[in-house]
Order: sequence, then C-alpha cells, then structure tokens
Amino acid sequence: MATKTKELILDPLFNNNPIAVQILGICSALAVTTKLETAVVMTLGVTVVTAFSNLAVSAIRERIPPSIRIIVQLTVIASLVIVTDQVLKAYMYAISKQLSVFVGLIITNCIVMGRAEAFAMQNPPWRSFVDGIGNGLGYGIVLILVAVVRELLGSGKFAGMAVLPTINEGGWYNPNGLMVLAPGAFFLIAVFIWVLRTVRPQLAEAE
Amino acid sequence: MEHYLSLFLKATFIENMALAFFLGMCSFLAVSKKVETAIGLGAAVIFVLGVTTPVNAALMHWVLKPDALIVGLDLSFLAFLTYIGTIAAMTQIVEMALDKYAPALYGALGVFLPLIAVNCAILGASLFMAERDYTIGESVVFGFGSGLGWALAIVALAALREKLRYNQVPVALRGLGLSFMIAGLMAMAFMVFSGIQL
Repeated sequence: MATKTKELILDPLFNNNPIAVQILGICSALAVTTKLETAVVMTLGVTVVTAFSNLAVSAIRERIPPSIRIIVQLTVIASLVIVTDQVLKAYMYAISKQLSVFVGLIITNCIVMGRAEAFAMQNPPWRSFVDGIGNGLGYGIVLILVAVVRELLGSGKFAGMAVLPTINEGGWYNPNGLMVLAPGAFFLIAVFIWVLRTVRPQLAEAE
Repeated sequence: MEHYLSLFLKATFIENMALAFFLGMCSFLAVSKKVETAIGLGAAVIFVLGVTTPVNAALMHWVLKPDALIVGLDLSFLAFLTYIGTIAAMTQIVEMALDKYAPALYGALGVFLPLIAVNCAILGASLFMAERDYTIGESVVFGFGSGLGWALAIVALAALREKLRYNQVPVALRGLGLSFMIAGLMAMAFMVFSGIQL
C-alpha cells in the first residue's frame, strides 16, 4: 500500500503528467504563468480542489446515478471552487484580483473533471484523494517551470525580486517582451513537451 | 449601434478567446485535426455562447447582484454554481431542440454538443461578462463575438494541421508540441489587432 500511495503521487509528476501527456487543463496553464506568485497560488487552488473533489466524488460514487453523474460532479467541483475563491478573496485579495476569472475557471479545468470521471468513480476515497494531490502537483510543476522562465526572461525577476536588472531601472538586461505575451506561453509549453518527449520517447505520439 | 459594433470586433479579434485568453484550449487542441469537425464544434460554440452569456447576464442582474432579488440579500457568491448550472442546462436544451427541429445539424454536431458544457470558453465568457458588468444587450453581442472568434481560430488551426500531415516533424514534437507552436504563431498574428483602439 505504501509504495502504491507513492506511485499515485509520483506518477502524474512526469510519466503521466496531466498537461504534457494527458493534455488536460491547458487553458489556465497558459494564462496564469506570467508571474511565479500567481502560478503557485493557482497550483495550490487546483491541487486542493482536485484532491477534495476526488474525495467527495469517490465517497458517493456508488450512489450517483450514471445518467446525471456529470451534473453531480460539476456541482461538487463548483462548490469547492466557490470555497477556494472566497478564501482567496479574504486572505490574498491582490492575487485573487490578478487571477480574475481563472479561479472560477478551475470548475471547467479538465484535470479536476477528468480525474473525477476517470479515477474517483472507480477507486476508494483515500486513493482518489492521493491521486488528486498527485495530479494537482503534476499540473503545478509545469505551471511553476513555465512561470519561472516567463518571469525571468519577460521582466528580469524571480518571484518578484529583480535578478536581472533591466535597462529601465539602470541595469543591462533588455526584457524579452514576447515572454509575457500570449505567444511566449504557447512556445514555452511546446518546448517543455518537446523536451519531456525526447527524454521519454515512449510518450511521443504515433504517426 | 457603434458601441455594439466595436464590442463585437473587440470580442472577435482583439480579445480572441482562444489566442489571447487561452480559453477552451483543451478542445481547441483535441478537436482540430480535421477542418470539418472543427467547423462543427465552432458552430456549436458560437450558438451556445450566444445563448448562455445573455441568460447568465440576466441572472446576474436580476437575481445574484446585491439587493437585486430582496433588499439586503447578496447572492453573488453563488455565481459560479449558477453559471455552470445554466450552461449545463442550456447545452441540454439546445441539444434536445436541435434533435427535434434540426436533425441534420444535430447529426453533424454529434458528440460535440455535450462536450461544450465543460468548454472553458463558455464559462469564461460568463465570468468576463460578470467582471466587466455588461448589460444584457452587450452580453448578447459579446457572446456571439467571442464565439465567432473562437470558431475562427479553431478552423484556422485545423486547416494548418491538415497541411502539416505531409511534413517531416521531429518525433518528439509530433502532435501536441507542434500544435502549440502553431497556436503560438497564430497568437502572434492575432496580436496585430492589439494596438487598435475602438
């Protein structure tokens, strides 16, 4: 059991990464990664929501009629997201303003829905909970990597602290404006997937 | 009139749902292998966005806003639940209506209709509508405009991917990786609109 729990957490980090392998939850991965701070908060939010929605869905999985299961899952997820949103508004108002609609969009983040449907409907609560944490972290790892690169190259900062002094502030670094704009995010995720699939060739797509 | 026209153009091109806000990315990448299916999904998204955004706007203005229903009652924390409920219900209704009155279109859209309920572009439009406080008229225009923009983007991506089938692509970049690169280039192309002030 101990090794199984470990696998459940470690597997989604690389081998079965939700973003790069399962193609889930890409929308928010691109939108909230201009800064490390927002990416970390988003990771926490998604991990908590995925873990608890998996737990709740798994606990009631034998009582959900198959024909309305999507609505039931959506209701569970939406309630958890409302809680997350209220907590963020109460304790981290500035970040919650920056994340704007993307906190609400955790509801339609395919990771949450996908794991509830694919894993929690078949597995007991504890395993589902751990699977939720694993997938949330797997999502977070991509988010944080992308955010570090975008923030460093786009504005010369790391987590808000100036690392590469920019020209505007009297330094030498000329910030790469493309990185903070939409196309930069697309290119970075593409490179990330490229690297991951070169390292693990079995993940590459067939012809 | 001019105000609505500029809002429409803004929603379609300048603030393109897919390429500027990254919304609806999952189906944007998964369903863009063939132009035909991309057109089907695009049409369904335009339709559902055009219907759900104004309905959610009406709900926001008359039920959820502070003091809207009963003075002193603030239901705005229920917004997410209400919006997603409306979207799920509207997709179901649209599906049934199409099945009854336009079976040809229903057959063409097929599995995409139920999938739309979890497309983040739909919920995203409702959330943007709430954040920017659009009136009901504005939200009709905004819904249709952003739906059209999303449909344009997915059809363009599908057409590009169809051509790419004949190219030699590095194995590790095949499929998803390359789609991201193309989407990035398209996003750059759409950035030419970003300087336009309407």
